[in-house]
Amino acid sequence: MLLITCPHCGPREESEFSCGGEAHIARPLAENNLTDAEFADYLFLRDNPKGMFLERWRHAAGCRRWFNMARDTVTHEIVEIYPMGNTPKSKAGKAAHADSWRRDTAAEAAAKPASKSRSKQGG
Amino acid sequence: MATDQPDRGLRGLPGGKQKYSAFALAKKAMNYHQDWQCAWRDAPPQSEYDVVVIGGGGHGLATAYYLAAVHGIKRVAVIEKGWLGGGNTGRNTTIIRSNYLWDESAAIYEHAMKLWEGMSQDLNFNVMFSQRGVLTIAHSEHELREMSRRVHAIRLNGIDSDILGPKEIKDFVPIINIDQNIRYPVMGGFLQKRGGTARHDAVAWGYARAADDLGVDIIQNCEVTGLRRNGRRIVGVETSRGFIKTRKVGCVVAGHSSVMAAMADIRLPLASRPLQALVSEPIKPVLDTVIMSNAVHMYISQSDKGEMVLGAGVDKYNSYAQRGSFPVPEHMIAAAVELFPVLSRLRMLRHWGGIVDTCPDASPIISKTDVDGLYFNCGWGTGGFKATPGSGHVFADLIANDRPNSIAAPYALDRFQTGLLIDEHGAAGVAH
Repeated sequence: MLLITCPHCGPREESEFSCGGEAHIARPLAENNLTDAEFADYLFLRDNPKGMFLERWRHAAGCRRWFNMARDTVTHEIVEIYPMGNTPKSKAGKAAHADSWRRDTAAEAAAKPASKSRSKQGG
Repeated sequence: MATDQPDRGLRGLPGGKQKYSAFALAKKAMNYHQDWQCAWRDAPPQSEYDVVVIGGGGHGLATAYYLAAVHGIKRVAVIEKGWLGGGNTGRNTTIIRSNYLWDESAAIYEHAMKLWEGMSQDLNFNVMFSQRGVLTIAHSEHELREMSRRVHAIRLNGIDSDILGPKEIKDFVPIINIDQNIRYPVMGGFLQKRGGTARHDAVAWGYARAADDLGVDIIQNCEVTGLRRNGRRIVGVETSRGFIKTRKVGCVVAGHSSVMAAMADIRLPLASRPLQALVSEPIKPVLDTVIMSNAVHMYISQSDKGEMVLGAGVDKYNSYAQRGSFPVPEHMIAAAVELFPVLSRLRMLRHWGGIVDTCPDASPIISKTDVDGLYFNCGWGTGGFKATPGSGHVFADLIANDRPNSIAAPYALDRFQTGLLIDEHGAAGVAH
């Protein structure tokens, strides 16, 4: 049983929340340029680490707003809760974000606009 | 779908094992049961094998057995990090059925059902397979209609399936409450009479003993720490008990499949989730079948010891912790007590969780990979136990021939690129 601190409502029990799975999966903009295998990285393949995991949660029975969480899948320790559109700030969260295989995929590269990058991109 | 009888390979125990029988039991009683053989050897790892199967659960042991019994492969090892059958094989609720919607699913689960029906004889080990029927109940008009569609599809595949009304359900299961004014009223259901249960530990032990008889080395307390490759070819397995050379590796590690895949830089579309179950204190026989409810995420049967065995749904977030959240079984028990009022004063004896590897389409992955000689059998999610013999049988065939047979082919990894998914969320998403 997790005690989750909603950034807007404070600490609430797990049953008020729904989990949206892996965070920071950006939708490819020019998906026609991707192969089926590359697009499958975005559509089907999900990170499933034993250890630090970055995921999206929603306070479904509360403010109904989304947020991100860095959580250990073995100890269930919640290391960090941070807003949508941001990347983690904690050391473990930063490492999990940088080390994810997803950073190297063509799908993620295709999610970035070709010109100057937008300030708020992805989830 | 394949309706042929599966190739069972060598029958009985062709090696040197003592046969189990009522006569043997009586004979050994003369000697106070002092001279029974060990069921299997505690084999030390050798330096090289033809095939290494990682994971000593039911699926892994079945794979090793069929590699030896059907394909005649001599040097096979099963590597298990803990003890044999100590993972999800020992944690499930032992339900067996083959009533799935899609043809691909019907083929593999019915393949398994046929192997279940002869398993005790094949292995010379009583797996206590009991075809007591599996009844899935519907709680709404919509669910009932969806159910009749499934029943017709299942029948078209030659698999037994019957629709029952509330009155017939009450006759079949006298302890059920068919009052229509409860949270989950019984509006109907469908029954597979050939479905039932088997003793889960016995399945692991039976396959282990029969595989050992054919020379398979079962290596327990041996954790795989790496998969050694030479270019695109697997050349061996690094373990906590040293390096083992091999050119074929079959990975059957359920909840840890993603971890194992990462060792070979392979990615799988899996999410590892806790699945919970519990048993009550033992009582006199009250339930002689299996009842499932997809809407509640509940399945219930009574074990031979008299315990009520109840299974719940999966937790909603990824975990490798082998324990689940309390609200999941609480929700299931609330509905179970209303449907079966006799349960209300039972005390729960044990409660546990196992980590299951769930797939986006709720169907398994039985596949070659980008690494030559490395095969994966995973993604069985919440319903792997019922498939144990069929899964092992087709996976052994895949490993031995380096190509999937017609039953295994639809379960290849490339379906997540082609989009040819086998969507069994309706039939398999939760309840097993």
